[in-house]
Amino acid sequence: MADTIKLEISRYSPETDAAPHFQSFEVPFRRDWVVLDALNYIKDKQDGSLTYRWSCRMGICGSCGMLVNGEPKLTCATFLADYAPASIRVEPLRNFPIVRDLVIAMNDFMRKFQKMKPWLIRKEEKPVSEGEYLQTPEQLDAYKQFSMCINCMLCYAACPVYGLDPLFAGPAAIALAQRYNLDSRDQGAKDRFPVLSQHDAIWGCTFVGECTRVCPKHVDPAGAIQQYKLTAALDWVKSVVMPWGGK
Amino acid sequence: MDVTTHDVLLVGGGGAGLRAAIAVSELNPNLKIAVVSKVYPMRSHTVSAEGGAAGVIKSDDSLDEHAYDTISGGDWLCDQDAVEAFVNEAPQELLQLEHWGCPWSRQDDGHIAVRPFGGMKKMRTWFAADKTGFHMLHTLFQTTMKYNSIFRYDEWFVTKLLVDDGRVQGVVAIELMSGKIQAITAKSVILCAGGCGRVFPFTTNASIKTGDGMGLAYRAGAPLKDMEFIQYHPTGLPFTGILITEAARAEGGYLVNKDGYRYLQDYNLGTPTAKPVLRSMELGPRDRLSQAFVKEQEKGRTIDGPYGPVVHLDLRHLGEKLINAKLPFVRELCTKYQNVDPVHELIPVRPVIHYMMGGVSTDINGATPLPGLFAAGEVACVSINGANRLGSNSLPELLVFGARAGKAAAEFASSAKPISNSILAQAFDEQRRIENQFLRNTTGRERTSTIREEMQQTMETSAGIYRTESSLAAGAKTLRHLQERSDNLALDDHSLTFNTDLVAALELSFMLDVAESMVQSALQRTESRGAHQRTDFPKRNDEKFLAHSVVFRAADGRPRVEYLPVRITRWPPGERVYGQPAQKASAS
Ligand SMILES: Cc1cc2nc3c(=O)[nH]c(=O)nc-3n(C[C@H](O)[C@H](O)[C@H](O)COP(=O)(O)OP(=O)(O)OC[C@H]3O[C@@H](n4cnc5c(N)ncnc54)[C@H](O)[C@@H]3O)c2cc1C
Ligand code: SF4
Ligand code: FES
Repeated sequence: MADTIKLEISRYSPETDAAPHFQSFEVPFRRDWVVLDALNYIKDKQDGSLTYRWSCRMGICGSCGMLVNGEPKLTCATFLADYAPASIRVEPLRNFPIVRDLVIAMNDFMRKFQKMKPWLIRKEEKPVSEGEYLQTPEQLDAYKQFSMCINCMLCYAACPVYGLDPLFAGPAAIALAQRYNLDSRDQGAKDRFPVLSQHDAIWGCTFVGECTRVCPKHVDPAGAIQQYKLTAALDWVKSVVMPWGGK
Repeated sequence: MDVTTHDVLLVGGGGAGLRAAIAVSELNPNLKIAVVSKVYPMRSHTVSAEGGAAGVIKSDDSLDEHAYDTISGGDWLCDQDAVEAFVNEAPQELLQLEHWGCPWSRQDDGHIAVRPFGGMKKMRTWFAADKTGFHMLHTLFQTTMKYNSIFRYDEWFVTKLLVDDGRVQGVVAIELMSGKIQAITAKSVILCAGGCGRVFPFTTNASIKTGDGMGLAYRAGAPLKDMEFIQYHPTGLPFTGILITEAARAEGGYLVNKDGYRYLQDYNLGTPTAKPVLRSMELGPRDRLSQAFVKEQEKGRTIDGPYGPVVHLDLRHLGEKLINAKLPFVRELCTKYQNVDPVHELIPVRPVIHYMMGGVSTDINGATPLPGLFAAGEVACVSINGANRLGSNSLPELLVFGARAGKAAAEFASSAKPISNSILAQAFDEQRRIENQFLRNTTGRERTSTIREEMQQTMETSAGIYRTESSLAAGAKTLRHLQERSDNLALDDHSLTFNTDLVAALELSFMLDVAESMVQSALQRTESRGAHQRTDFPKRNDEKFLAHSVVFRAADGRPRVEYLPVRITRWPPGERVYGQPAQKASAS
């Protein structure tokens, strides 16, 4: 039928289900609807217990990541029309514990993210009354891309390494550490080094590049990881050749 | 029941809440701080702000000019002492954010760049491309991670303020992940719960902006102020309500009607020029631009679209290079959601509910009349926004008054008496209410989404861009009826784990209170001022209404309105002039 579309949605409640299962819903097909609109329609009109996160509906808050036909997507930016007339499968993001239906637990990321010391570190703070730290547009460009991360977790769902080794810090956390390391105002790269250079933090990445492919904000976490590995390897060589050097 | 205890508790982890949390930490690192937020802080709605944040920094500008623009923009309903504090502290706050790492856009020489914005006579709007709120929020959030004294309750929903002995001493909240209901006590509480655009059907506001903070305060006995002043933004995408930032016009975009005519020239907003002129035409204030849209519609000069009438925003003459450099998010949103590329095509837009000028009544330090309760950000009304907020004043407001409220709440907590023992009984009652009214209730008959839709439609027809006595009176009546029906909600979801059906029901009850307070305040303000336009009382009436409406929740749950004088310091009420005359006036 052209005027409706079928969604197969993964349902799971830890209170009643042993494992996730699929449930089908039929919703009106509208050209300007995104997958999230269809979920909202179901929740409002058919089943108020359908559980998922969303907020901004404009691709910036990072809440609404799910698998759409197996691909990590922001559902507020994924149109039904791109899949119609076939039915669409909606599942929670892969590689995370499922809390309920389409909601995953992301505390692991939050913990790893904080360990990266994602804040500006200065040896000496200039008083605010003395004005801004100067930064040219070129210096801004050096880290800008990595500052665009909305913490949507799509890259974690796409990352084969995170799936196998949950100790791996993961694409976004590393990209965000690099966001500060590359900021001309920051002097904290050394403080971040111990965490970033730990075996599991970064070396697990095998450059599959899936993270960069699925990232809706063009952050290029794979690039961040590659770049950091190079710096870290150089630092390591330096520290072997001149054990006190660079410290 | 579990109880946890802190010194200062924040409801909300958006721009205002996080700024307040840091202020408390920096004032006294020994104070234990809790940030309770119904979403992870970086999901808060501050993330959506696009255009920028105003603060005087360039040598051709002055604090007095920023103050004057704000006060005239607010149609003289702003408290001028608050505006003076605001313009004074905004630049420092924005610089502080720079020192914390905010990636502000820069000039070639490395200094902060500024852009023009609606209603502002000078260029003073700081920006981080067109993702200003996103960068501000993430900078603040990441910065809070370095303070050990800040404890976060991520994805906890606050349902009630605990009041005993005449002061607020904490909250009851639900942990969404587990369904656990518990008391979180504190010696002072700061509401930073954001705005309430979702009481209307068509809004730029995220789904979380349901006025919970206003509802919490109102029910605890703290009054709401100036609730009739609700801002329509003139340029939202039809259907989604996604905002096309004012920066698009500040960079030189035109608003045109179906004949390609820049119609704003017909509404006392100046004469068209190729390059944007400050405080003129497309850079007039939002209330006047949204009202002009309705007039154009009445003249039959708008364009009919699938979601009602629209006008066009034309950016084509700006060229691809400028659009990519200054407005990349606008281009992304238009191509993704509207299937229109602004480099080559016209963008259909219409006015959309955007911002709440009113809110929990506070003084200049964020204190509400209820001891122990503070408020800052969009949830609060200090008031610096008066009858119409100027674009790019809200983000700096979060910082200035977030920091002020943080300091005041920290001081209050440092000298406050210990938490009363009787608080726990109240928390138990609240737990029982939630269980009985929602989770265990099997006799309910009404659907949350149905009542919500009816409320939203009621608000649009009764309290939209133009209002009358009869539209408002009818709206008030319908809302009363919806209040009664909402006592009888039937949830589909009775489980404990991440129950968003329960959250939606609780949000609805806050929204209904907020909606009633808006309509009642609008009904009693028989004048037109800023965003409050009464077709039956088209003139501003300073004799009677140079005053804030202050609305209390009466014992029967109905709103009761009182008035408070506006604080005038140096700018006696005058006429709001935009367009070329304003340019002349600026020379004086
Ligand atoms: C699309 C858009 C663009 C904008 N652009 C600009 C701009 O360019 N310049 C400008 O100055 N202003 C702009 N604004 C306005 C400005 O962004 C907002 O006014 C401001 O961000 C509000 O911040 P806040 O901290 O008060 O609230 P929010 O950021 O909305 O945060 C509210 C917090 O409260 C929490 N909360 C709410 N209820 C509860 C509850 N019951 N229990 C627990 N937690 C709760 C939420 O989880 C959230 O953390 C824009 C607004 C919109 C909608
Ligand atoms: S790097 Fe991209 S995909 Fe990963 S969390 Fe950030 S925005 Fe999402
Ligand atoms: S709802 Fe915010 S990113 Fe999709």
